[in-house]
Amino acid sequence: MQILEFEKSVAELEAKIDELRHISDGSRGVNIADEISRLQDKVDKQLRHIYGRLTPSQKVQVARHPERPHCLDYIKVLVEDFTPLAGDRCFAEDQAIIGGLGRLSGRACVIIGQERGNDTESRIKHNFGMAKPEGYRKAQRLMHLADRFGLPIVTFVDTAGAFPGVDAEARGQAEAIARSIETCLSVSVPFVTCIIGEGGSGGAIAMAAGDRVLMLEHAIYSVISPEGCASILWRNASHAADAAAALRLTAQDLLQLGIIDQIISEPLGGAHRKPADVITHVGEALTQALGELLSIDSKSLLAQRHEKYLNMGKTGLN
Amino acid sequence: MNWLTNFVRPKFRALVGPKKEIPDNLWEKCPGCSAMLFKRELEENLNVCRHCGFHLKMDAKKRLEVLYDDGRYQLIEIPKVLTDPLKFRDQKRYADRLKDAQHKTGQQDAIIVAEGQMGGIKTVIAVFDFSFMGGSMGMAVGEGIVVAAKRAIAIHAPLVVFPASGGARMQEGALSLMQMPRTIIAATEVKQAGLPYIVVLTDPTTGGVTASFAMVGDIHIAEKGAQIGFAGARVIESTIRETLPPGFQRSEYLLEHGMVDIVVERKDLQTTLIRILRLLGKGSINKKAPLLTGPVPHGARGLRRI
Repeated sequence: MQILEFEKSVAELEAKIDELRHISDGSRGVNIADEISRLQDKVDKQLRHIYGRLTPSQKVQVARHPERPHCLDYIKVLVEDFTPLAGDRCFAEDQAIIGGLGRLSGRACVIIGQERGNDTESRIKHNFGMAKPEGYRKAQRLMHLADRFGLPIVTFVDTAGAFPGVDAEARGQAEAIARSIETCLSVSVPFVTCIIGEGGSGGAIAMAAGDRVLMLEHAIYSVISPEGCASILWRNASHAADAAAALRLTAQDLLQLGIIDQIISEPLGGAHRKPADVITHVGEALTQALGELLSIDSKSLLAQRHEKYLNMGKTGLN
Repeated sequence: MNWLTNFVRPKFRALVGPKKEIPDNLWEKCPGCSAMLFKRELEENLNVCRHCGFHLKMDAKKRLEVLYDDGRYQLIEIPKVLTDPLKFRDQKRYADRLKDAQHKTGQQDAIIVAEGQMGGIKTVIAVFDFSFMGGSMGMAVGEGIVVAAKRAIAIHAPLVVFPASGGARMQEGALSLMQMPRTIIAATEVKQAGLPYIVVLTDPTTGGVTASFAMVGDIHIAEKGAQIGFAGARVIESTIRETLPPGFQRSEYLLEHGMVDIVVERKDLQTTLIRILRLLGKGSINKKAPLLTGPVPHGARGLRRI
C-alpha cells in the first residue's frame, strides 16, 4: 500500500505487526499474539488521531490515494447484471467514463461513473479518469436512455477534471459538459450521485447535478484543483496546501454550505484501508437515497431538483 | 530604494518643477497589429482597430448603449448575494479584492442586466464586465443570469447574453461551481417559455462559463477573433507538451468545429441580432401563424394524391 507522508508512524507499526505475524507462523508463542494485538490497538489509536483531524490538504492526498476503491470496484460489488454500454454515437468510446445498465439492490438502474484505473495499463486505458467530449456525450446518451425507460440514475464521481487537450477542445469540451449538466437537470427519473474520490470542477459537476449528492468522508469536491488555484492566486503551486484550505473542498464544509446532502463515513484510516467496508456503506446509502426519491412523482422531482440548485448559496460558512 | 531615489531625485524634481500631467489613456496600442490608436477614435469605432480589424475588449455599458435603440435602456437590479461566503483569503482577502473591483469599475459585480428595445423588439440583455475580476462567475454573476432569465420570461422577451469571462470565481469555491447548473436552469426556463435564448460569445469566454449557460443557446454568435474554450491554453500546453495550432480556440476555429452558428464583426452585431430575433419571432406566436397562405402549389397537390 502506498503510504501517505502523514501516516508514516502508522506504517512503521503496521510493518512491525507484519513481521511479528511472519514469525508467529512458525511458532506458537502466546506473547507474540499479545504483542500483535497491543500494536494493533496502537495503530488504531494513531489512525483515529490522524484521520480525525485531517487537514484539507491531507484529505486531497487521501481522496487521490491510488488504492482507494474506484468506480469499477463499486460496480463490481454493488451492481448485479452490470451491462456496460459504449460509445457516444458521434465519434468514439471514451473509457474515462464507464456506463451501463444494472441492478442496485435488485432495482434496474443506469450507472455512470468516472474510472481512473489502478495500474499503468488501465490508467492509460481510462485516461486517468479525465473524460473527453465523447465521454460526456456518452453519459448524456445513457441519461436519456434512463429517462426513456424510467430507470433511476446513479453516478460515481472521481476525476481530476475534464481532459485539457487540443482534440477535446476541437470537439467541444465545453459544450459537452454544458449539455451533460443540462441533461442531469432535465431527466425526470431519480438521480443520485456519490463523490467517491476527487470531484474535479466542471468534469465532476457534468455528472453530479442530481437530486441527492452523497460524498465520502475524505473525498474532495472543488471548483479548481488546489494546485491550479495556488498557481493562479499565489502565483506558486507550492501553496497548494493553503489553497486546499481556502477552497473549502472537504465534505464537512460542503455539507455546511448545502452543496452536498450527506456524508458517508469511511473506515478507520480511509477507504483504501478497508475497501470492502466502504463499498458496502456506499451501497446502503445509495439504496436508501433512491428509495426516498422513488416515492416522489417525476414532476415534483424535477421541480425540487431545479429549486435545489437555484437556491444554493443562501448560507455561508460560520 | 536608495539615496538616489529617496533623496537625489526628489531634489531634482523640485528644481525642474513637477512632471507635466500627460493623460496616459489618450492612446492605446492595438494587440493585433501594434498600431497606436487614438483612444477617442477607437471608441467611436466600437473598440475595433481601424487598421487590422482587431476587436479590443469593450466596456459593458458601452455595449448596451450601442445595442439598444437610441442607446436607451433600463438596468435591472440584481438582488444582493452573500459576500465572501467562504471567508476566502489568498495573498489578499477576497472581501478586499471585491471592494477594489467595485471601486475600480463602479459595478457591484461582473455582470449587468438591462432591458430595452432593440430594433423595436423588447429584449433583455446581460453583459459581462471583464474588467471586474476577469468576469469570473460567482454567486452574483449567477444571480444576474437568473434575474435576466426571470425578467425575460416575465415580459415575454428574448434573452441575449454576452459572456466575457475567465471562468468560475475560485474565491467562492464550490459555490461558484454550482453556478453552472444554476445558470443552465435559468437558460432552460427561458427556452421552455418559448423565448429565444441567444449567446454572443466575446473575448474571452472560457472555463465554467463556456461549459454552462454559454454553450446551451438556441443560437451561438461569436464575435470576431474572440478566444472561446474550456481549458486555458497554458493548461493544455503544459498537459500535452506541444504548441497549439494557430487560431486555436478563436471564434473562427469554433465555427469550423461546429460549436458556433455565426462569427460576426462587432459593427454587424446589432443588425444580426435584430434579424435573427425577427426571424425567430416569439416561439409561441409563430406556432399559431399558418405556414402557407394562398393556393397550394401544383406540385404539392400532386404529391398529396400519392
